[in-house]
Amino acid sequence: MATQDKSSIFADIDEGEVDQEDENVDRWRRNLRLWRETLAKQWRMLTDDLMVRLAMITIAFFMIVAVFAPFIAPRGPLTRQYEGDAGIIIADWVEPSFLSSESEYLLGTTAEGFDIFSQLVYGSRAALLVGLVAAVFTAGIGTLVGLTAGYYGGKIDDTLMRIVDFLYGMPLLPTVIILVALMGPSLWNILFAIIVLQWRSTARVIRSQALSLRERPFVKAAQVAGASDWHIISRHLAPNVLPLSFLYGAFAIAWAILAEAGVSFIGLGDPNTVSWGTMLQSSRAYSALDFGAWWWFIPPGICIGLVVISGFLIGRGYEEITNPELR
Amino acid sequence: MSDTGAPDVSDENPLLRVEGLQKHFQINEGLISSLLRATMGKEADYVHAVDGVSFELERGETLGLAGESGCGKTTTGMSLVKLHEPTDGRIEFRGMDLTESDDEELDEFRQNAQMIFQDPFESLNPRMTVYDTLAEPLRIHDIENETARIRRALEFAELQPPDHYFDQYPHELSGGQRQRVAIARALVLDPDFIVADEPVSMLDVSLRAGVLSLMERMTEEFNLSVVYISHDLSLLRHMCDRLAIMYMGEIVEKGATEDIIENPQHPYTRSLINAVPVPDPDVGRERVELAGEVGDAIDVPSGCRFHGRCSEYIGDICETDSPSLEQKAEFDDDREVSCHLYDSCGKQS
Repeated sequence: MATQDKSSIFADIDEGEVDQEDENVDRWRRNLRLWRETLAKQWRMLTDDLMVRLAMITIAFFMIVAVFAPFIAPRGPLTRQYEGDAGIIIADWVEPSFLSSESEYLLGTTAEGFDIFSQLVYGSRAALLVGLVAAVFTAGIGTLVGLTAGYYGGKIDDTLMRIVDFLYGMPLLPTVIILVALMGPSLWNILFAIIVLQWRSTARVIRSQALSLRERPFVKAAQVAGASDWHIISRHLAPNVLPLSFLYGAFAIAWAILAEAGVSFIGLGDPNTVSWGTMLQSSRAYSALDFGAWWWFIPPGICIGLVVISGFLIGRGYEEITNPELR
Repeated sequence: MSDTGAPDVSDENPLLRVEGLQKHFQINEGLISSLLRATMGKEADYVHAVDGVSFELERGETLGLAGESGCGKTTTGMSLVKLHEPTDGRIEFRGMDLTESDDEELDEFRQNAQMIFQDPFESLNPRMTVYDTLAEPLRIHDIENETARIRRALEFAELQPPDHYFDQYPHELSGGQRQRVAIARALVLDPDFIVADEPVSMLDVSLRAGVLSLMERMTEEFNLSVVYISHDLSLLRHMCDRLAIMYMGEIVEKGATEDIIENPQHPYTRSLINAVPVPDPDVGRERVELAGEVGDAIDVPSGCRFHGRCSEYIGDICETDSPSLEQKAEFDDDREVSCHLYDSCGKQS
């Protein structure tokens, strides 16, 4: 630059010692502090609502249970408690301990001789794993695809959105069932199938946000300053759509748990893992309802309901933050 | 960054030279209609936002672009800072052709050309603090002494004490303060050239004077070349050395600000100036009211684009021949007018 001929208000700064590092604001410490402030503020707004607080306590409770499952569960979830006369298959169950004084099982046992309470405790692991992993990937992939499509527009947008259209043409549960049937019944395959279908709605919404954001003058100002595409996407677009990604992530928890329970219920669940869905499935297989063994299918049903409702409530609470008009 | 040839080049050339700048936007159409059009062999429709604009800008000079909304002044401004790729024409910055510049040249241009936007509520990222907003251009260009420069730029924009504003978010600031932050962001790179697109039109009237005097000071102290874009002629008269009046993507009259305001020659300029209210009831001005709307920018009128609304319409020539922007024999100043009312003196711009 030909700076010699022009008087600059920055001249003395540039001529001074280059080593002014001490004077410069520490970037990382500063960013950390700002992040903390923002998160603290959002946390306060979120926990302002009683329903959201209850939902969070519920999720936190199940998380603790899932983490400490081996300590809480008195027995292994898939260890037979007794052997029947016919060898392996036992069409008999023990009533919960609060119904019959002879029973030593808190929620009784299944017809296969498994301890229901232990299964319930271990089932929270599968549910939360499916819910959280699906949420992270749904929000992550959806946000990335949405931002790319919305920011670049044109052919990239067309291509990505046609893929989304294609996915929209596939019904969630039947597709997951077919994918799992093809790939084999395992928890990870169910998870994969759910993620493949779920990012579509996040991508759509984030794209529409990105489309309007990229026309905003602050993005133009960054372009004028010479910012690269990646810089604009990561610094200007992403922070402004992040609340929306969180929102879709929260809803994804609930949908994923429901889908996993549904797939497990029709018998495509992982036979080596216990989930609330597989518990419901085996109770149906042994006609627990007909025999009045309500302690077999009511507890997992309640657990599914609690976690799913909590997910929706947190999502709903977050929606009120991102969209103040809902208040 | 300073190659040895640069100072010589910048001495000879004006800071910015725009030649025949055109920007056309293709009209968005659906897949089916575009297929239909392709099979029938018709050409796509374009909005002629900017259609052949030429001017030069010297170092330290201020140029005003005026005109009704939709005349292409903002598109011109955005093309000047390369927010749009021009359809046709050349923009030279210090003798370097921007349409064919390589990455390094473009990087240098990005450091030296900045833009100030109309709406300070939209031009700052709501999730970035003042400090981060100002630091961003410095980080992009790897410039040292970040904090000291930001402090200086904020002080210059009269945001005192600067440290107080570092951690504030745009929503915590007033409109005037925001526009000052936007100006500080434009200045922090120490640019040579700024495009200011309606810089005060979104501010309260009471705040305008302060921001305008800041911009005057900035032009002076940085020896900046500024293109002001506005529909407010009294503002442009106050701020600009030269004025260019635009109508439907073309410049219809340009020259020294005082010459044009005091003695407008193009019928369109006259009607624009007549529309400015004069705070003196005794001043009787012959009012020329503009009839009708701005013409169709897709299906551009033939001949002079203003002929449908012109009060001095002189006949077929207005409808058939497109007048060129040139110096006219009638005037001895260096004004250029594109109108058939006046005789060409043979010197074309």
